[in-house]
Amino acid sequence: MKEFAYRRVTEIRDALAAGHGGARYLGGGTNLVDLMKCGVETPTQLVDVRFLPLGEIRETPDGGLAIGATTTNSDLAAHPEVRRRYPALSQAVLAGASGQLRNMATVGGNLMQRTRCAYFADPSQACNKRDPGSGCAAIRGAHHNHAVLGWSPSCVATHASDMAVALAAFDAVVRYETLDGGAEIPLERFYPPVGDTPERETELPAGALITEVVLPGSAVAPRSRYRKVRERASYAFATVSVAAHLEVSRGTVRSVRIALGGVASRPWRARAAESFLLDGPATADRFRAAAETELAAAAPLPGNGYKVPLARNLIAAVLADLAEPY
Amino acid sequence: MSMAVHVGAVGVARPRIEGRAKVTGAARYAADEPIPDLAYGALVLATVARGRVRDIDVASVRDMPGVLGVIDHTNAPRLNPEAGNFFGPDGGLRLLQDDLIPHAGRPIALVVAETPEQARAAAQALPVTYDEQPHDTRLFAGHPAGRPALTLFDAPADIGDVDAELAASAVVVDERYGTPEENCSAMEPHSATAWWEGDRLEAVDSNQGPFQIAFTLATLFHLPPERVRVRVDHIGGGFGGKTMCGPQLILAAMAATRFGRPVRVTLTRAEVFLATAQRPATDQRIRIGADADGRLRAIHHDATYEISPLAEYIEGCTELTKTLYAAPAIRTALTVVPLDILPPYSMRAPGAAPGSFALESAMDELAERVGLDPLELRLRNEPGVGPVSGLPFSSRNLVACLREGARRFGWASRDHRPRMRRAGPLLIGTGLAATSFSTGAFPSTATITAEPDGTFTVAIAAADLGTGARTALTAIAADALAVGTDRIRLRISDSAIGPAWGAGGSRGTASWAWAITEAAAKIRGPERPMTATVDTTQLLGDLASRERHAFSAVFAEVGVDPATGEVRVRRLLGMFAVGRVINPLMARSQVIGGMIGGLSMALHEEGVRDPVTGRHVNADFAGYHIAAHADVPDIEADFVPDDEPGVPWGIKGVGEIGNVGTAAAIANAVWHATGVRQRHLPIRLDRVLES
Repeated sequence: MKEFAYRRVTEIRDALAAGHGGARYLGGGTNLVDLMKCGVETPTQLVDVRFLPLGEIRETPDGGLAIGATTTNSDLAAHPEVRRRYPALSQAVLAGASGQLRNMATVGGNLMQRTRCAYFADPSQACNKRDPGSGCAAIRGAHHNHAVLGWSPSCVATHASDMAVALAAFDAVVRYETLDGGAEIPLERFYPPVGDTPERETELPAGALITEVVLPGSAVAPRSRYRKVRERASYAFATVSVAAHLEVSRGTVRSVRIALGGVASRPWRARAAESFLLDGPATADRFRAAAETELAAAAPLPGNGYKVPLARNLIAAVLADLAEPY
Repeated sequence: MSMAVHVGAVGVARPRIEGRAKVTGAARYAADEPIPDLAYGALVLATVARGRVRDIDVASVRDMPGVLGVIDHTNAPRLNPEAGNFFGPDGGLRLLQDDLIPHAGRPIALVVAETPEQARAAAQALPVTYDEQPHDTRLFAGHPAGRPALTLFDAPADIGDVDAELAASAVVVDERYGTPEENCSAMEPHSATAWWEGDRLEAVDSNQGPFQIAFTLATLFHLPPERVRVRVDHIGGGFGGKTMCGPQLILAAMAATRFGRPVRVTLTRAEVFLATAQRPATDQRIRIGADADGRLRAIHHDATYEISPLAEYIEGCTELTKTLYAAPAIRTALTVVPLDILPPYSMRAPGAAPGSFALESAMDELAERVGLDPLELRLRNEPGVGPVSGLPFSSRNLVACLREGARRFGWASRDHRPRMRRAGPLLIGTGLAATSFSTGAFPSTATITAEPDGTFTVAIAAADLGTGARTALTAIAADALAVGTDRIRLRISDSAIGPAWGAGGSRGTASWAWAITEAAAKIRGPERPMTATVDTTQLLGDLASRERHAFSAVFAEVGVDPATGEVRVRRLLGMFAVGRVINPLMARSQVIGGMIGGLSMALHEEGVRDPVTGRHVNADFAGYHIAAHADVPDIEADFVPDDEPGVPWGIKGVGEIGNVGTAAAIANAVWHATGVRQRHLPIRLDRVLES
């Protein structure tokens, strides 16, 4: 690990003033510190933002929730209003990592975590995300758990967050501050397409500090679910996950939101499947057909083709589950 | 041999002696020992699978903060090429002796600095260039480099006429089974601290057998054995991975020699994966022929596994095939394929774990094809004597394990047809496996001294991996001396005590207890000496020739989601015949731990290699999955009455048997749930998913 300076800040303006050059904001450190140990991240300074006044979850005027960026994953998942209004979000957070990690990890850090592609984490391997222009070892390498949607010849890594998948389904908005003032980005646009710049992972301007994530009241979705398929029952990243909300009235889909995890470089909002289902009959065949519509764009590699039928089955199963009478 | 019965510590459930020290953090592991003037070493590992080191640019890190120097093949102390392990000379030990790279992850340099962080920073910054050569890391049966394995144990068998019996069989199963590379994965990473005291090399090292390790270290460094001392207090698990003289110790000793001060080398998790030991991948073919009533006519078990050209190793996959079932014709063979890989070594029930997966899966396939209850198939082929050796069994209680396990598990109500049970979206299935693991004892030396205060110092160079050896040996010494356990002062974990077998091969407790018991008999004998030392080499030679094995029967119930391929174990039950149980509390913990290892082997563990570079890509606990708590169901484990005649206390050894058979029981349960056979481990969800 390279030597670095550490600074703890308690005011947002101090964080922004320090958060430039080779500095990185430190939340729970559950991903950043690991990457520093293996030499992938080499910050000159860590600006510890955990003591900023950003740890609250508050009501918004439209009936939504604003979640402070330093809220821990554990507190987010346990919050009664999160559990009541956005159960899939609580389920997603609880499906991630381990109890110990969730106690440390923060909402802002969760959004900023890096991919768990093994080639990315090993500086002796080719990786365009870590070292632009060096190539992608995963595409012809071990890519069992890599992307099937939206990837490019530059990078086939997946995004690791469970929380962000649920946020994508609920039309969450990310708010941030810079030295020039505050702004916001819808989560669905927060992560740009991979293209030929896999090293550019978010739309945040340089030095920006995430302050909160806002869940719109219009998206209140007490009937929502997060289902994560993984290679062991706990402490494993998703092979495929689904966050979904479904409202059915007299056999017809009145409202539906579907987002997928584990299949792309970002949470994958399944807009094609949603359009297919909206105002149509809520039947098992339709759920399966909707999933197939979304996955028509899938381009699996030799080692991860199973993710396509898995995602299809999982979408169909979660929707069928949500369509059951209360 | 007279044994006291009035004290009675043996057979009593007692918690670990060191339990309080461990949960309060007072227990010291190898990396915890405070040593003055300590320097730290960090490894540099090769990042190519085969080739030569072209250049290591030492000058570029020499001025980094705290750096004392770098040891590589150009300046390392010369090691004795005769040093080896149980299987003979071991080129895996000859670190930094030349520029050759035999496998990815081979240590090629050690950076020594004032702090661990400084050493690690310089090791990461050290520029290395290679001349890469083509490599081969892919095992398969029929590989052109294949040749017979050493025959030190699990030698090939060929009785009867296998081909004629197969031809005459009403039913034949002929299938291939595969298991991947797996890593021992002890929780405590390997750590060693070495220093010189005068002309004696001292070391604290995390290992499974301090005497053997010290002997190997002495050989490597051209020293007489009495000038090397290796100690270890507490060990955070070994699972076979700390049986050999590890790179941490060899490199720490080199650095202590070169820099003239104590040096500590603690491996990172990745280094434990890449540079210590692994279970080899196996590719096994089994042919079993039977009459229509399920009586076996022939078993043919061909196991191919990988080794490194650096060292011999025996993965005794076919031992069970010569033990479990009667058949007029049995043929077994072990084929090794030298590949450009880390030398494999013993891991959690070596041989028996992958071998039983193949054999007991094939037996389940036979039961299916014959149309017989898998339990009845086993009972119907119970042998009277060793199926290959013809020797009597010292004791054999497999039938008791099978029957009692079946009773507790509720096996009688099982519908043997597959895919008949559902629970919501899940398919439910059950399966079983019968198992064995060879037992015995190796020569060991114990010394007992009667102290003036009425206590007894009992010294033996045993190692307690965390399984409770201290507690068990204290009970044995107390009963052997006919005193309370409060009068026993046990000294273990120090090579200076004398020769002793290590904690491995399910032979630790039997080997050590034998020496302690004999020394106690001398102390209590007519001459009443104040101190007595016994070496059991001669006694062991007098032991009657028998088939000596521990046995067990494992039952599993799984739930499978066919839409996602997820397999979750719902119940596990193991009944064990392990001779006399010294401490039921700890023995139960150990076999449950073994069963969890078997579950992990069945569903999770797999070393994944990059198909292009031949390098492992999941050398950490996030990528290399071991069962998490949430994967482990309610496990029942218990013991049937058993004994081992001729061995003091009737000990058979409980170390490995828990691992054996669980993977097959789970695989058989997955077949019963889904109707699809799983012949390759781990049973990953993509192998089960129904599209």
